[in-house]
Amino acid sequence: MRQRGGNTQRDAMPIKVVVQRFAFVLLAAAAVALMLFNKSNTGAVERFRTVILDAASPVLEVLSQPAITISRVMEEARFLIHLHDENARLREENARLKHWQAAALRLQQQHAGLTALLNARQDPTSTFVAARVIGDSGGPFVRTVLLNAGSRDGVAKGQAAINGDGLVGRVAEVGVRSSRILLLTDLNSRVPAILEPSRDRGVLEGDNTNILQLSYLSAGVQMSPGDRVVTSGHGGVFPAELPIGTVTSVSDGVAFVQPFVQFHRLDYVRIVKHNLAFPPTRDVAGQRTRSSSGPSQ
Amino acid sequence: MNSVAWRRFGIRLRLLTPAALTLAAVFISVVPIGVSGLPEVTPFFTLMAVYHWSIYRPELLPAPAVFILGLVQDGLTGGPLGLFALILVIVFGLVSMQRRTFLGKSFQVEWFGFSLVVLGATLVSWLISCVYFVTLVDPRPVVLQGILTLAIYPCIVWIFARVARTALRPSE
Repeated sequence: MRQRGGNTQRDAMPIKVVVQRFAFVLLAAAAVALMLFNKSNTGAVERFRTVILDAASPVLEVLSQPAITISRVMEEARFLIHLHDENARLREENARLKHWQAAALRLQQQHAGLTALLNARQDPTSTFVAARVIGDSGGPFVRTVLLNAGSRDGVAKGQAAINGDGLVGRVAEVGVRSSRILLLTDLNSRVPAILEPSRDRGVLEGDNTNILQLSYLSAGVQMSPGDRVVTSGHGGVFPAELPIGTVTSVSDGVAFVQPFVQFHRLDYVRIVKHNLAFPPTRDVAGQRTRSSSGPSQ
Repeated sequence: MNSVAWRRFGIRLRLLTPAALTLAAVFISVVPIGVSGLPEVTPFFTLMAVYHWSIYRPELLPAPAVFILGLVQDGLTGGPLGLFALILVIVFGLVSMQRRTFLGKSFQVEWFGFSLVVLGATLVSWLISCVYFVTLVDPRPVVLQGILTLAIYPCIVWIFARVARTALRPSE
């Protein structure tokens, strides 16, 4: 190659540079086009994403293992440091909970009796799929986590994801062996919720911060810091009464809600397979379409 | 004959080092850390990799590879598909054209160049996501990510340089 005349090389260089620049502009344009396409045609893009997700999930599953171990060890160390305080706190909490347990048992019996008396329709039952968090978005613009369970495990789009503390988010994308959860805190997260004391309905919105906003409440709603917020079950996608968080402050008819779930510490979640009386269509959460052909409610 | 083929294969495999390290950066960006007290955003490892290789070995991490790695990152993070691909391709294009400015200079010059890249990438990605989501996206996480990225760049680049010295030693 080098034996060729210097002239040829000198002539070829600009062409190479031109080709490179053209490729560079072409790729940048393709990226912009993809974003526009993404905005207009979510279905095709979603399929593409799930292919990437499924392909990457075995690698992520391996990589996330040491990360989880490290975080466990650190939590354990923290726990050991505060062992004495934690013990005292738990003892006090235990005494309090025993009181509540007695109350709950009494109410449960009462509830069962009244339900039988009224011949009331039972709430749809739910089953669960446990899944491990193998990735999080880590990016500044979205709040999502990746799970190692997908359609083969029975996960479907729109289902609720919970952990021991409360609602985590909803399934946004489903691959064969992996899925993505849109966290409650994400900019695009909207969950129908109710304020527990007044039973007022609203929509819980995320804005990428750790505080959620409960909006669209009816005017003059009585609410105060400390009120619990739970899912309303409206729309039929989520089960009702899943705990979400507590109101921290109120301003201009919007309640700011601190979620129960600590999103940076998610390791395992449960996907709620809410067995509805009518089957929801596959894209129930995103498109807000629902099958109306089921048995009448 | 066979051993020659194997040697060639080995050399080719080594030439994939920059792309492999950048792919590793993509994966590491989405591995959950789960330690309370640490920020929720992870540093933009892929940006570090693309910047580094576009200065030192742009021929081993060509623009189409950068584009594909950006797409994989977009797919995994769940953001707008094409956002990271665009940012990384622009960074690759600009830096590889200006690489002579950095070659043979001190590390401080490279780091200063990277600070400009981080500033640009932060600003452009934030503006695009504001337009994409049609809302004012909270800029604090992306600013924090930019600061983290800039702060740990020397450590990551040290690792890249060590790996490259071993894998890409001039044995061809």
